[in-house]
Amino acid sequence: MEKKKSSFLRNETFLSVAAAIICILVGLLVGFLVLLAIKPEGAWAGILAIIKNFFNYPTKAAAMKYLGNTLVKTAPLLMCALSINFCYKVGLFNIGAAGQYVVGAAACLYAALAWNMPWYVCMILAMIAGGIFGLAVGFLKAYANVNEVISGIMLNWIGLYLTNMILGNVKESTSPYTVNVKGSALIPSLGLSALFSNNKYVTIAVPLSIVFAILVWVVLEKTKFGYELRATGYNKDAAKYAGMNEKKNIILTLMIGGCLAGLGAAFLYLTGYEQWSTTQSSVPGMGFNGIAATFLGGLSPIGTIFASFFIQHITSGGSYLDKSVYPSQISDLISAIIIYLCGFVMFFKLVMNRRAAAREEAKAEAAAQTPAGASVSAAAAADARQNADDGKEEGGKKE
Amino acid sequence: MITAFVEGGVIVAEEEQYAIEMIGITKRFPGIVANDNVTLRLKKGEIHALLGENGAGKSTLMSVLFGLYQAEEGIIKKDGKEVHITDPNVANDLGIGMVHQHFKLVQCFTVLDNIILGVETTKHGFLQKEEARKKIEEAEEKYGLKVDLDAKVEDITVGMQQRTEILKMLYRDNDILIFDEPTAVLTPQEIVELEKIMKNLAKEGKSILFISHKLNEILETADRCTVLRRGKCVGTVNIKDTNEEELSRMMVGRDVQLVVSKDEAKPKDVVLDVDNITVASRVHKTNAVKNVSFTVRAGEIVCIAGIDGNGQTELIYGITGLSPLTGGSVHLCGKDISSAPIRERSKLMSHIPEDRQKHGLVLDYSLEYNMILQRYYEPQFTSKAGFLRRRNIREYANRLISQYDVRSGQGPVTIVRSMSGGNQQKAIIARELDKKPKLLVAVQPTRGLDVGAIEYIHRQLIAQRDAGAAVLLVSLELEEVMNVSDRILVMYEGEIVGELDPKKTTTEELGLYMAGAKRQDRKEAEK
Repeated sequence: MEKKKSSFLRNETFLSVAAAIICILVGLLVGFLVLLAIKPEGAWAGILAIIKNFFNYPTKAAAMKYLGNTLVKTAPLLMCALSINFCYKVGLFNIGAAGQYVVGAAACLYAALAWNMPWYVCMILAMIAGGIFGLAVGFLKAYANVNEVISGIMLNWIGLYLTNMILGNVKESTSPYTVNVKGSALIPSLGLSALFSNNKYVTIAVPLSIVFAILVWVVLEKTKFGYELRATGYNKDAAKYAGMNEKKNIILTLMIGGCLAGLGAAFLYLTGYEQWSTTQSSVPGMGFNGIAATFLGGLSPIGTIFASFFIQHITSGGSYLDKSVYPSQISDLISAIIIYLCGFVMFFKLVMNRRAAAREEAKAEAAAQTPAGASVSAAAAADARQNADDGKEEGGKKE
Repeated sequence: MITAFVEGGVIVAEEEQYAIEMIGITKRFPGIVANDNVTLRLKKGEIHALLGENGAGKSTLMSVLFGLYQAEEGIIKKDGKEVHITDPNVANDLGIGMVHQHFKLVQCFTVLDNIILGVETTKHGFLQKEEARKKIEEAEEKYGLKVDLDAKVEDITVGMQQRTEILKMLYRDNDILIFDEPTAVLTPQEIVELEKIMKNLAKEGKSILFISHKLNEILETADRCTVLRRGKCVGTVNIKDTNEEELSRMMVGRDVQLVVSKDEAKPKDVVLDVDNITVASRVHKTNAVKNVSFTVRAGEIVCIAGIDGNGQTELIYGITGLSPLTGGSVHLCGKDISSAPIRERSKLMSHIPEDRQKHGLVLDYSLEYNMILQRYYEPQFTSKAGFLRRRNIREYANRLISQYDVRSGQGPVTIVRSMSGGNQQKAIIARELDKKPKLLVAVQPTRGLDVGAIEYIHRQLIAQRDAGAAVLLVSLELEEVMNVSDRILVMYEGEIVGELDPKKTTTEELGLYMAGAKRQDRKEAEK
């Protein structure tokens, strides 16, 4: 009985979820404290506004509409998180997802606006563009042993300015923004927008991103390819010994990571929800938030779905902070703090695991200390041995 | 004579004072009782051996003493006073030091940095390495444990890393020294040296606990010996009152054949033809293997003997494809595999690697996933669409587990990292032998295993030979070399300096070749 309980407390999935929840709570608490420090009177209302996000709207229809907006931005975030998650399982930290996302945006928007391509072609081109950027990182890693974090970060900037340059050809003449995506280049909604009070930005991109999350999970856990990739991630010497092609696997992994991130951009920009600003001088945060989403999701593609939604929820919620009480940057700051603390999942998981172990040991110790006197303790020892033998048999049966 | 201690904490009146008493220790892991009411008493200034099969709970017991695990039951006393060793720092404060079976060294630090790590002397926040260096050099001199203090740990051999660990303990002035299979990686000469060191240390009042599988070593070095079997204490014996047969019977619970009997080899066609190969060193810019040529025929066991670090590792890397050749050629079953990928070689060749945790296993994978590491891509384990066939994998793993008696907490789903070293090795052996290879390359396959397992592995090697496989064995153990092989090639400084017939040579002669004191002109010898 006791055994069951302890194994439950130390169960992987349970731990991941519990640690994620603790992280979220701590993040919210710290966010609240910061609001409190800046201006105490508006803090409670402020943090509530962030948590409520679309629930800030009184009517159900409006709330659904804005829930739709959150979902629209969750899809690209989820794709970036999957990109990072996939690479992480192979022991690679794909911080270049941000840049792969950016060139994905360039490819899909240029194809849509300059060549009037249909949405699926634009999507494929976005994947290819992200994939090429991933490939570059992979090649450098595999053949020149260049750290993927360094080359990834540098490529992020190359990607940003390249994108600004390319999309400069399809921008509005009076503003830095790209012209609106129209017609066949828009991802179809197939009736989904009706569910969200006719929010036309809600498209099949949302369910598609979830399909990709499941696909990533299946590839990693159920296929030969995933077996190879994870083996390489855990122990590349053993992978080499087993005849796996380590270089090929590194390149492939980063390429696939790039494709996922690139596709993420298409999932956002081909809905028409946002336009690209060709004068922006910072890499969009989507790829970086993806890191937080991956860790908050316990490094599981399925957990990442929920984590991505939560992070997007908080990010969107930030905009409901009362601008008359707090300066507008504060909303971003609070979201950033909460997201930052979400990255601490691993830490909380470790602490919880240790505590569970310590508790078990304390219990065992207490059980051993109760009987007093030599003869009694001898009997207890005999008893314990009996129990231990039983335990052994049980273990044997399980096998 | 066996002195069985009364269990449950009833103290036997004894005149002597004990340095360490572990009374009624019980430690459980999920699905397994690693220590079951074990009592061990270490006298001051004695060398106490701890003997037992793989997974008998020796390492666990020592980890409890060293504070890595907390026992569920039982007490530990030091100098008669009860102590609570909650972590290794407490153990260290009590003067308990340990050399682990798998070393705990920082790979990218130098030997010196590793030795002082955690007990650095500083002045105004700056490291005082020269003081430390002096002290270590004195210890090196005194105990004959020469190590290059400025070499990085990742660049030195396993044998040298072991020495670093021993120096670490000596540097900390520990007076209770735990050795977890200290001789497993040492050369015969080094073992003799170590035995001397251990005796000296004991004479100076240090108390030594050492885990070993090697009965002859225990008989030569130890004063007393405690035997564990399947987590339980079988008894403690005085070494001068016992013998090899009794110890092995206590450990295994049955009679063990210490020398494996085998028929005359019947060599057939050449399976492996190594022609004039050269392989670069992993450490230096020079070649570790210099113009080595030999053949291995089907139905014979050829053993590469030599002291650790004379190019055996690189030779095997060259043959198995882990390192590229810089010259010469290798033919396997008549096919040139000099630059073939590992996958292609592994279809005909099984390889029991030297470093089982680095190359042989993915420690964070389950046992079943490790069992298919070399053949996961075969149609029986992977469907045409690229999906793993989990049921087949489970069945296959279960078969290997029962056939090769691989013991683990939760069977096929056990994470390999949690298994004992011996069972990890058994898993590799099961996987490699089940491939039914044309060529079996086994590098120190019995390293760190107990006599029962060694006997088993030797039988398996001979069975592979008799089934028509060519066996290339690399061993540092003279006994193994003499018992198992049909032909001995001695490697010294990257060259093969002698080819010997185990029936016609002696360990002394073999030792001379290994030490480089004697060499044959092989071309002449072949004539």
